[in-house]
Amino acid sequence: MKLNYYPGCSATSTGQELDLSVRAVLAALGVELQELEDWSCCGASSAHATNRALAVALPARNLAIAQRSGLDLLAPCAACYSRLKTADYVMRHDATKKGEVEAQVAFEFTGSYQVRSPIDVVVRDIGLDAVRSRVLKPLAGLKAVGYYGCLLVRPPEVVAFDDPEHPVMLDQILGALGMEVCRWSYATDCCGGGLNLTKSSVAVRLVGRLTQFAREAGADAIVTACPLCQMSLEMRQTGNGSRMPVVYFTELMGLAFGLKETSGWWKKHLVDPRPWLGALAAGGA
Amino acid sequence: MDTTFSAQVNELSEQTIELCYHCHKCTAGCPVAVEMEFGPDRVLRLIQLGQKDRVLGSGDIWVCASCETCATRCPNEISVAAVMDALRAISMAEGYATPEPDAPAFHRLFLGIVGRFGRMHEASLMMIYKLKTRKLMADMDSGIPMILKGKIPILPHRVRGMNEVKRIFRETGS
Ligand code: SF4
Ligand code: SF4
Repeated sequence: MKLNYYPGCSATSTGQELDLSVRAVLAALGVELQELEDWSCCGASSAHATNRALAVALPARNLAIAQRSGLDLLAPCAACYSRLKTADYVMRHDATKKGEVEAQVAFEFTGSYQVRSPIDVVVRDIGLDAVRSRVLKPLAGLKAVGYYGCLLVRPPEVVAFDDPEHPVMLDQILGALGMEVCRWSYATDCCGGGLNLTKSSVAVRLVGRLTQFAREAGADAIVTACPLCQMSLEMRQTGNGSRMPVVYFTELMGLAFGLKETSGWWKKHLVDPRPWLGALAAGGA
Repeated sequence: MDTTFSAQVNELSEQTIELCYHCHKCTAGCPVAVEMEFGPDRVLRLIQLGQKDRVLGSGDIWVCASCETCATRCPNEISVAAVMDALRAISMAEGYATPEPDAPAFHRLFLGIVGRFGRMHEASLMMIYKLKTRKLMADMDSGIPMILKGKIPILPHRVRGMNEVKRIFRETGS
């Protein structure tokens, strides 16, 4: 399998562990990634919060590059995925806007590709059996909750590949790695990541709720797929108690696959996950 | 009743806010309603009543986290999230003063950097944002480790197709 790959700004800076682990894990599963040539920013929250035309045209430039090769476009960052998918949705469903965007970006939309998220590709294309058979070191004993956040499930008609109120695919992947996935009701509650820098008091309150609910569910860590959630969840934990590790599901896949690169990822975290990973019998960290 | 404002919001957001019957479901699920002055459904009511200054003068439009929960659950398929986007765009275009000035300042800066390099450059963003909002020491406890861990590049990357990016900014009136 070969895919177009859009790393995005977050996953190549503050959320590097995501880009690094997605590349390593998909390579281990035999997926070839072709980085989108000269990709540009998707506009993130700032474009859609302030200029609706720009919010479609900026990601559309990347769609224009993707359709040259016609391969499906993989966006590991949930926020980029949501912006690319929204632009793609507009191009497919709104003929008037499509014409405007084609003029702004100077291309002709063919739609010969789909925008994809790694969770979706791992479960639907690669399959949980293939994941299971690649596991060298089952993650038995590690207790965590799976956390989707907002952007991979809402609005469902545009972005969702899983149930918007009760998504299960992330938990299925973690289960396939041998983890103990704790059940909780907050997998799609907002962490306030979009307000992390502009109104951090809100992020502090929402992150406080999520970590408390995760603890009550019996989890020692939160597993996410979004670099904005990951950063907000690590940065905005307050209080004197120890902070809960927040890791990407692809990092755990790398650990279970026995990839040697994993140790480099753990070092990049603001909350060091290695004490938690020490719970693994074989001492995976 | 003056419908100029509601017509403006409907057009930009592509919603029909008159369909709202104030069941309150959006507000019940809104993660930041407690931080808001009005909350999502009352913001819609005020738009229906033509209260432009009260809506755009309130911090609510910048406190909205764009989580899309309201849009997912509304029985009348109204996206309050899209309405919030439209209100922010109007507020910025028409220069409304707001009790939450950090958010529009951040978005302007963010887009300024993307318009210049084609990609985000976090170091520039954080530095200028801190100077603008005069919060120089905020978040240094996470910013400095991120730089030390090599997560925030010091130098920006510039997209080769900057003429294309600049064209997009120009053509979309930003
Ligand atoms: S959920 Fe929809 S109908 Fe109900 S109050 Fe909110 S916008 Fe109005
Ligand atoms: S999108 Fe905004 S208004 Fe709607 S539920 Fe989320 S935070 Fe509240």
